[in-house]
Amino acid sequence: MPSADAPAPSALQVERQRFRSRQTVRSVLVAAASTAVLGVVLYFAVTGAPGWERVQERFLDPKIAADTFPAILRGLWLNIRLLVVCAICAFALGLLVALMRTLRGPVFFPLRALSTAYTYGFRGMPLIIVIYVMALGVPGLRLAGTPGVLVLGGAAIVLTYGAYLAEVFRAGIESVHPSQRAAARSLGLTYRQSMRFVILPQAVRRVSPPLLNDLVAMQKDVGLISLAGPIDAVSAAQIATGQSFNFTPYVVAGVLFVLLAVPLVAVTDWVTLRAARRQSAEGAA
Amino acid sequence: MRAPAVLALAAAAALAVAACAPEDPTTSAPTDQPSATTPTASSDPCATDGLPVRTKGKLTIATDQPVYGPWFEDDKPESGKGFEGAVAYAVAKEMGFEQPDVVWTRVKFNNAIQPGPKDFDFDINEFSITEDRKKAVDFSSPYYDVSQAIIALEGSKIANAESLADLKDARLGAQVSTTSYSVITDLVKPTVEPRVFPNNDNAKLSLQNGQIDGLVVDLPTAFYMTGAEIEGSKVVGQFELGQGTPEQFGLVLDKGSPLTTCVSRAVDALREDGTLDDLAQEWLADVAGAPVLGPG
Repeated sequence: MPSADAPAPSALQVERQRFRSRQTVRSVLVAAASTAVLGVVLYFAVTGAPGWERVQERFLDPKIAADTFPAILRGLWLNIRLLVVCAICAFALGLLVALMRTLRGPVFFPLRALSTAYTYGFRGMPLIIVIYVMALGVPGLRLAGTPGVLVLGGAAIVLTYGAYLAEVFRAGIESVHPSQRAAARSLGLTYRQSMRFVILPQAVRRVSPPLLNDLVAMQKDVGLISLAGPIDAVSAAQIATGQSFNFTPYVVAGVLFVLLAVPLVAVTDWVTLRAARRQSAEGAA
Repeated sequence: MRAPAVLALAAAAALAVAACAPEDPTTSAPTDQPSATTPTASSDPCATDGLPVRTKGKLTIATDQPVYGPWFEDDKPESGKGFEGAVAYAVAKEMGFEQPDVVWTRVKFNNAIQPGPKDFDFDINEFSITEDRKKAVDFSSPYYDVSQAIIALEGSKIANAESLADLKDARLGAQVSTTSYSVITDLVKPTVEPRVFPNNDNAKLSLQNGQIDGLVVDLPTAFYMTGAEIEGSKVVGQFELGQGTPEQFGLVLDKGSPLTTCVSRAVDALREDGTLDDLAQEWLADVAGAPVLGPG
């Protein structure tokens, strides 16, 4: 019986729906128009500038881009390898330090003090200076078995980012309500078990967006290792620029870095969205 | 509410276009300057008062920061000491600017070669003249013929190298954006990837630490580093740069700068009257006797 489905919309309701769809069309048109106006303005402002041809020649030369692409890609491969290794080590270090900082009980005071001093110190210290000290200073000690400049520079990045990540992990751990820990312990779980199975899974899920954000930031900062001599994508671009006085290689490197970051950023957004959904689902349930 | 917003946006956009499209001061200056100012000076377009310099009556010369010996002394270009400091003042004098009329400014490498307006009349900082670079900037006539050299610590595995072949397996380094680096990649072609440093201080430290076996720099710098800066180091040898024209340093000017011919004329005059040779003798004396590393 069709009449049982729903009552026919009232005249008022029909009018309301029409009004809404008119408004939607209107706002789409306005948005399109304003975007077009802005686009045209930017186009003419940039290409109409007196120096545009010169800038185009010096920054967007397709031939130079093609010539320098292989060298920059080779440099980017160094960035990627460093990023993977440094990210794993920094996450491990950050988690360890966060656990140390959240230990309770007077006997653990030295560990807590040490980890606090570490996070204070290395979050304040500019990464460039840490790299200089590690990659150029430490070998000056002339100790036997000093690792190469790549390892030392990587260690500088791990030390610096470990401090940031430790604070993110700590915030996550402390955001888990104390009743969770109490409940876990009352079920007979040991401290380690309650951390492992109850606290950390919730903590890491809550802070996964900032963790991934730090990973995106690290992706750019691994290039600072070039200060100590290895050739990464940016310094490969710098070399190419020095040979021709043409800045196109920097643009090439920039585009490659963005392409590298896009998947990371997309994953970050997805994780954030998922976390938000789960949080609100928990609230609703 | 929306329609006025669009109008406002359009108005703002129109304003932005107006604001963003100024006249290009560097291209308009040369066209009207000589005709508008002194018609009497037209016989000599390089007369001091008619020159289209950045600040009237002053010559603005740029160099990097820091700068090194033997090109400048103590990172103080205004002292006129060091070869390039002395050359800069000599060129200025030739163009009619006395010592107090010279203004120094510090410009980083990338800013010196960017396509926008420049903060200087000319830049002096060991810029090697190449055809590729000429597409981006103007160079004056060359003021110095330079060769590249390699330095190493005494007792390093390449300290007694006699040919390019002896350098093949060494880890070499150079400053970024220099022809020294091109010497490594184009001439030595080592099997180990070279290292590139943002400046010579990092490079020197890496050499001292043994992170690189050899450092390639220009010959005067090589003598300065081994003689005054790095204890226990030596100049291994200098490189022979093919049969073509020798590598030469030139002053860098904005592309299409109206000053280029006048600056070049001053440099040429200084070469002809022997001033450049005298200054090289004074500041870069001991660059003669380094052995040449052939292909071997």
